[in-house]
Amino acid sequence: MSTTPDPVWSNRAIKWFDRRLPLFTMMHKELIVYPTPRNINYWWNFGSLAGVALVIMILTGIFLAMFYTPHEDMAFASIERIMREVNYGWLIRFLHMNGASMFFAVVYIHILRGMYYGSYKAPRELLWIIGVVIYILMMAAAFLGYVLPWGQMSFWAATVITSLVTPLPFGETIAIWLWGGYSVDNDTLKRFFSLHYLVPFLIFAFVFLHLWALHTTKSNNPLGVEIKKPADTLPFHPYFTVKDSVTLGAFLFLLCYFVFFAPNYFNHSINYVMADPLVTPEHIVPEWYFLPFYAILRAIPDKLMGVVLMFAAILVWAALPWLDTSKVRSGRFRPTFRIFFWIFVADAVLLTYLGAMPAEGIYVTLGQFATAWYFIHFLVVLPILGKVEKTEPVPESISAAVSAEHQKEASA
Amino acid sequence: MSGLKGIIGAAAVAVGLVAGAPAALAAGGGHGPELKHQSWTFDGLFGRYSEKQLRRGWEVYEGICKSCHTLDYMHYRNLEQIGYTEDEVKEIAARFEVQDGPDEWGDMFMRPATPLDGFAEPYENDAIAMLANGGVVPPNLSVITRARDHGADYVYNLLLGYEDEVPEWATEADPTFSLAPGKSFNTFFPGYAISMPQQLFEGILEYSDGTEATPEQMAKDVSAFLQWAAEPELEERKGLGRMVLLFLIVLTGVLFAYKRELWKDAH
Ligand code: HEC
Ligand code: HEM
Repeated sequence: MSTTPDPVWSNRAIKWFDRRLPLFTMMHKELIVYPTPRNINYWWNFGSLAGVALVIMILTGIFLAMFYTPHEDMAFASIERIMREVNYGWLIRFLHMNGASMFFAVVYIHILRGMYYGSYKAPRELLWIIGVVIYILMMAAAFLGYVLPWGQMSFWAATVITSLVTPLPFGETIAIWLWGGYSVDNDTLKRFFSLHYLVPFLIFAFVFLHLWALHTTKSNNPLGVEIKKPADTLPFHPYFTVKDSVTLGAFLFLLCYFVFFAPNYFNHSINYVMADPLVTPEHIVPEWYFLPFYAILRAIPDKLMGVVLMFAAILVWAALPWLDTSKVRSGRFRPTFRIFFWIFVADAVLLTYLGAMPAEGIYVTLGQFATAWYFIHFLVVLPILGKVEKTEPVPESISAAVSAEHQKEASA
Repeated sequence: MSGLKGIIGAAAVAVGLVAGAPAALAAGGGHGPELKHQSWTFDGLFGRYSEKQLRRGWEVYEGICKSCHTLDYMHYRNLEQIGYTEDEVKEIAARFEVQDGPDEWGDMFMRPATPLDGFAEPYENDAIAMLANGGVVPPNLSVITRARDHGADYVYNLLLGYEDEVPEWATEADPTFSLAPGKSFNTFFPGYAISMPQQLFEGILEYSDGTEATPEQMAKDVSAFLQWAAEPELEERKGLGRMVLLFLIVLTGVLFAYKRELWKDAH
């Protein structure tokens, strides 16, 4: 799409290097002149925020790993030592802890943005599916990491989640293989630490693929029409580098509010009690970002079905490009879809709430309805809606829509 | 711009959640009196510890709690942080005995603690601790305010929450409720039956700074002390946090203004 010619480097060293490996030309093309739809709104900033969050997680994690001890008798104490004795250890740990929550918050918004504006539709199916893979890897990283402090909730979350495999065929064998023994213990902790260090780098690799796919198809935009001419776009730098920094500042503000003034807000207090295999906590509750899936798991009385549905709840996202049959991409021109979109968001919020409640009485019934709706939305509503919905007229191009808006503003 | 408004709205909801959280304080089983929230010097954006209060809290810990509870992960040298001088800390440490060794004869021996030692353990092992306390090990107190919902408020209410007889509201809520021998009734302890007898009585202790040692005063001071034990970084954290947040507000504002200027003709 870009009509800008490759840059001519005046610096001799850069010229020499670039002739042999066009790293500088690539950076120029992908980070500076990269044509970006001029009309994308602030919801398009959450991808770059997720990238920053990933970098924060990896950097703080590397420093934590220098002081952490993966051993059942020492893990808890080593965290206390980080908080008390290591220079700014508390800061590094609280950034890592709260960073995880903020990372998920940002990615959830990022995903919902994609769902609202139909960013998963052709030609962006692979970009979207790579995103789903990233999300699954994030879940793995967060789960593995939560076990490391070896508090009561760490231990029991690990026990509950790993024993989810037991209803599967050969489940007992798989569980023993996962644990490295006959229950969650020291060997489990050691392998979880090893894998927790590995997974973020896998995420990093998939983010690279994600961006590669993105720069191949280019960004979608609120209108959902493809870029047609240069006037539809602005160069990435300085327009979007600067726009992204505005939200980066706001994101860091929110993160730092929690880190400095409510560092344990997202934490369960009982996780400051050291793991004890003989004492089961009254409520075993996962971190907030897993609650919707936990609610789906518990909504189903049959353990195997519950596990299957929980995984299906995420995998169904990957089929979204084919489940949504609408020819119109953006929710902006789909009035009925918009209603269902917000019902879906409300359903997800309800599931989050139910995941935190005890699995009894009205909560179970509500959980079953909310779970049913979750799947109906993807498997019934979206396929049918695309066929029957009356959509609004879609503008012919981005620049046409932008100048029409300007005229409206000028005459008003 | 609608996108930005939505994001600000979402952030406001998030902050609202944070602000609203401490409002809901529930007691041990949800039937008895409500947990009473105290005003603490370390609350809020500008919260800091009162060294005087922490030193009184230490006197309560040393005078009463230390015979059953440990302060793991802490060392006598940490007491310098609450205003004791180096010599005072040496003196305090020397009042405790810690095990050392083996000496050249291969024997373990006891010696007075030094500031570099970790706090002495009251019991040699968990079995003895359980034997002495009705089958329960008294928990480590150095993380207790982090390990319980409502932190220092919980500890304060717990220490004052004892009843000589099982109150009516408890038997009304559960007619089968009865206290096992060796247990005490505590309004704020989950399940009400606690293995720690009431500790704070009028006249059990005299403060070196002349403050009157009422049970309320002692409960407050020792709860603040335990808050410090759990979050010794709190003052530094909040101080740095205020600077960081201020910096980020200014930075974000400047970036936003710059963005508006840059985009003026680009829409
Ligand atoms: C005679 C020994 C003894 C003394 C002295 C003592 N405690 Fe305890 N404490 C215990 C025991 C035993 C428990 C465990 C109670 C249970 O689990 O039923 C306990 C538990 C606690 C708990 C945790 C309650 C919970 O939620 O699990 C706190 C907080 C506490 N004590 C604070 C104090 C403070 C502060 C002092 C000093 C003023 C003190 N204790 C003095 C024996 C003692
Ligand atoms: C580690 C986590 C992630 C990072 C760092 C990341 C990063 C990014 C970045 C920088 C962009 C471009 C800016 C933007 O459009 O917002 C982007 C776009 C996109 N991402 Fe992600 N992402 C992550 C996770 C996900 C997930 C979990 C999904 C979906 C399941 C997803 C789906 C998409 C889609 C569809 C786009 C293109 C959007 C459009 O152009 O409209 N991403 N991502």
